[in-house]
Amino acid sequence: MKNMKKVLSAALVAAMSFTMLTGCGNSNKTSDTWKFGGIGPATGDYAAYGIGVRNGIELAVNEINENGGINGVPIEYKFEDDQTDNEKSVNGYNALKDWGMNVLIGSTTSGCSIAVADVSSQDHMFQLTPSASSIDAVKTDNTFQVCFTDPSQGFGSAQYIGDHGLATKVAILHNSSDVYSTGIYETFVAEAANQPFEIVADEAFTDDSKTDFTVQLTKAKEAGAELLFLPMYYTEAALILTQANTMDYAPIFFGVDGMDGILGNVDGFDTALAEGVVLLTPFAADAPEAVDFTAAYEAAYGITPNQFAADAYDAVYILKQLIEESGATPQDGIPTICDKLTAQILVTSFTGMTGENITWSESGEVNKYPKAMQIVNGSYTLFK
Amino acid sequence: MKKINISKQGKSNLITYGIILLLSFLLFFIGQSSYQLKGLLVPVCTQIMLAVSLNLTVGILGELSLGHAGFMCIGTFVGASFSIYMEQFIPIAGVRFFLALFIGALSAGIMGFLIGLPVLRLKGDYLAIVTLAFGEIIKNIVNMIYLGYDSKGLHFSMTDTASMGLAEDGVVIIKGPQGVMGTPADSNFGIGVILVLITVFIVLNLIHSRDGRAIMAIRDNEIAAESVGINITKYKLMAFTISAALAGMAGSFYAHNYNNIKASTNNFGYNMSIMILVFVVLGGIGSIRGSVIAATILYMLPEMLRFMSQYRMLVYAIVLIIMMLFTWSPKAQEWKSVQMEKLKVRLKPVIDKFRKKSSDKLTKEGE
Amino acid sequence: MRFIYYLISGISLGSVYAIIALGYTMVYGIAKMLNFAHGDVIMVGGFAAFTVISTLGLPPALGVLVAIIVCTVLGITIEKIAYRPLRDASSSLAVLITAIGVSYLLQNLALLIFGSSTKSFESVVSISAIKLADGQINITGETIVTIITCIIVMMMLTLFINKTKAGQAMLAVSEDKGAAKLMGINVNGTIALTFAIGSALAAIAGVLLCSAYPTLSPTTGSMPGIKAFVAAVFGGIGSIPGALLGGLLLGIIETLGRAYISSQLSDVIVFGVLIVVLVVKPTGILGKKIQEKV
Repeated sequence: MKNMKKVLSAALVAAMSFTMLTGCGNSNKTSDTWKFGGIGPATGDYAAYGIGVRNGIELAVNEINENGGINGVPIEYKFEDDQTDNEKSVNGYNALKDWGMNVLIGSTTSGCSIAVADVSSQDHMFQLTPSASSIDAVKTDNTFQVCFTDPSQGFGSAQYIGDHGLATKVAILHNSSDVYSTGIYETFVAEAANQPFEIVADEAFTDDSKTDFTVQLTKAKEAGAELLFLPMYYTEAALILTQANTMDYAPIFFGVDGMDGILGNVDGFDTALAEGVVLLTPFAADAPEAVDFTAAYEAAYGITPNQFAADAYDAVYILKQLIEESGATPQDGIPTICDKLTAQILVTSFTGMTGENITWSESGEVNKYPKAMQIVNGSYTLFK
Repeated sequence: MKKINISKQGKSNLITYGIILLLSFLLFFIGQSSYQLKGLLVPVCTQIMLAVSLNLTVGILGELSLGHAGFMCIGTFVGASFSIYMEQFIPIAGVRFFLALFIGALSAGIMGFLIGLPVLRLKGDYLAIVTLAFGEIIKNIVNMIYLGYDSKGLHFSMTDTASMGLAEDGVVIIKGPQGVMGTPADSNFGIGVILVLITVFIVLNLIHSRDGRAIMAIRDNEIAAESVGINITKYKLMAFTISAALAGMAGSFYAHNYNNIKASTNNFGYNMSIMILVFVVLGGIGSIRGSVIAATILYMLPEMLRFMSQYRMLVYAIVLIIMMLFTWSPKAQEWKSVQMEKLKVRLKPVIDKFRKKSSDKLTKEGE
Repeated sequence: MRFIYYLISGISLGSVYAIIALGYTMVYGIAKMLNFAHGDVIMVGGFAAFTVISTLGLPPALGVLVAIIVCTVLGITIEKIAYRPLRDASSSLAVLITAIGVSYLLQNLALLIFGSSTKSFESVVSISAIKLADGQINITGETIVTIITCIIVMMMLTLFINKTKAGQAMLAVSEDKGAAKLMGINVNGTIALTFAIGSALAAIAGVLLCSAYPTLSPTTGSMPGIKAFVAAVFGGIGSIPGALLGGLLLGIIETLGRAYISSQLSDVIVFGVLIVVLVVKPTGILGKKIQEKV
């Protein structure tokens, strides 16, 4: 027994020193190339989101490098997994810093972005998050976002439904353990009070019970809701559409930008069920301006790009534009790069996959307007 | 039980403290080499505290708990909320942090006591499942809490931010699923090492006290312990409550390292509880030293495997299985002792020669 | 009317839990171990059926069959490689931790093989829904098949254990491994058989789960796995009727709690009821009283 313990501890110490050694050998020099770091969940429940971001960055970086880089300077990129965990996201950020990152594209989810922003603001590292939509994610001076904020989506959806008279009785179903979903839900309910429709059913579910929605759907159906507002990602929405179909419930389904992906990203999903779904989204994979991007993405990764991929792809091009306009160079060092890009982003206007003439406000939020799309014959068309 | 030799036991304790100090120095110096390792120092201390405190329940009391992360969760949210709210009243960070640690430990300890009271009479896997259930309940409820303050004081709601009725200048502390936000960054590695030492000190002292011997007697044979007049409920509760309080302190310490913490299945749910249990079992059930070392290595391992990108969790799983088979399977243990014997036999001539030489030398000198 | 509808969906959900819990309880009864990887075997069953039915376009029946075969082989392999060497380890916790390692392994393998995008599972059930009371109650084909399967599985298991030699051997091994060995029972073989049956049940549960709630991802199995574990303990772990009862009750409580109390609190209610039951009856509803030896 004693010997075994000795052997074990010797093995552990050996393993330890090995792990230590592999982590060493990094320094904090300024580099000659642009080093873009990305963070997001590459494993775990939300892997689809992080992998979308990773692919989007990779595609854009490869395109730019083939065309000679930014002002002739090539880009390197690296992506770290955070498993949607705030702590691991900060760990990933530190690993990227060791690698020599000079601009951060991340994190993918709101909670992780908030935690990372706290550290990145101390380092004065420019942080552009492709998909963290909570306003708390851009509270520090160095953080900006590409996607819509949750409040603007909730507000926008309520107004859109009211203005266009889509329904008088509305039901909501949201994921109460998800930041994105609750963020939109809260502002939607607040704005609904000013709109000419009534919320007849207000239901929720959690991450631990997101398989069976029959109870919530039955309540909405019995309350006579003509429109079901679904502020959530396409993974759960696909399931809800399927279950609503089996119980013969067919209201207007109204989604937000997370709904995008329902046509191409759920393997085996009967897209006929999504027919008629209305969603407010900045990006549609088969819109004319996105055709080239979608084709290149499908060729490279074999799947249709989702909104995360589009946001990340845009994030890289936004950075390219900011760097070109501000004349920043990798040799400037992290704080100076951050100063230059921050000054530039407030005056710049960008057009990409996810919007036209996008601008940013002092607070870090993005100013762009969602388009209402409807799924007709298996593709997006502009609604009304 | 075997007779415990006091000096031997003191020596063993000293070795444990020595290992912790050595490990701390090692970590400190290595931590200077990269941001990534430096960033891991505070969470490593937290994991060590959690593993040591769980070892008190699993190794010393001999009861399987799958809800340890729940107590950590309470410590985290109570400690963090306290610090955020008190930032205006107690400007001295040190005092505030100390109080936050204490209150985190206290609240988790009270919760541990309240939970332990009805459930500790359950046995084995039934106790395990009930602690798992409590952990999940705590996590689910924390996800529904909205807490904020303004000039009028604290506001609380279980539904959403708006229903708290905060004034314009109000600050949201806990925002439902988004978790607690704006915790001051008071934690650092130095404090972490001190807290680890305190945790180990408390646990080791308990083990070697009269109370500790009573607890271990219950573990080894509950009926026999009862028959010699040991108050089973009291000692079980004592161990469970202390274990919970130490986890709460670890949670509060952890909270002050991150600006935002949310309670998800992976960091405060059963997955986390299981992770801590892995540290305890792999380090050796009942071995405090083992917990310290296993927690350090197993926490660092996935981070150090980052270069493998998408394969790292796969590799981690395989390493975990192999390590378990290697350390726990009776056959592997037998193999190892045989190898050790062989090594001894092979080394024996060398040692004998050496001994002979030195004794020859001695005799020569004697002449 | 609405109550009856909720009750039926509760029974349907509960039937899936019950089938998973049966696997849990059998393995526990014989190997005395909490098999945390059981939930992930469900997921593997789902992916096996998905590959056959959706990717290869073969008939659903073949998909179910392949899922059962894959899971059975997987179950036996896991038992042989990861659990058997630790059967006589000095602490029963060792094998529990290995099971967790196996669970991580299966999840991450599935992520690497099948990718991160969610799969929508094509139902293997082709029976159309039954409408009662002017369409107020809508019973889907999946619900009917799930409940019937659960009853059949339960009956066959009971028959198998009571009427066959192998079943009797299982009982003997679960009572006393050493004595069973002395009686000439092949202990290793019997335990492997138990894992095979438990994993086959997991495959069936996986296909039914994914048909009723048509989504599939590498983590699909973990929450139903934990819930089924709760169900098994609820009914009295080691007891086959207990697993059925526990599963059904859990499904019903979860569904009714969601319908009448709060959809956010449904898990809190489930776990709360479990705690109350165990505190009142420490070995579960149908659990055997443990005789403590001095």
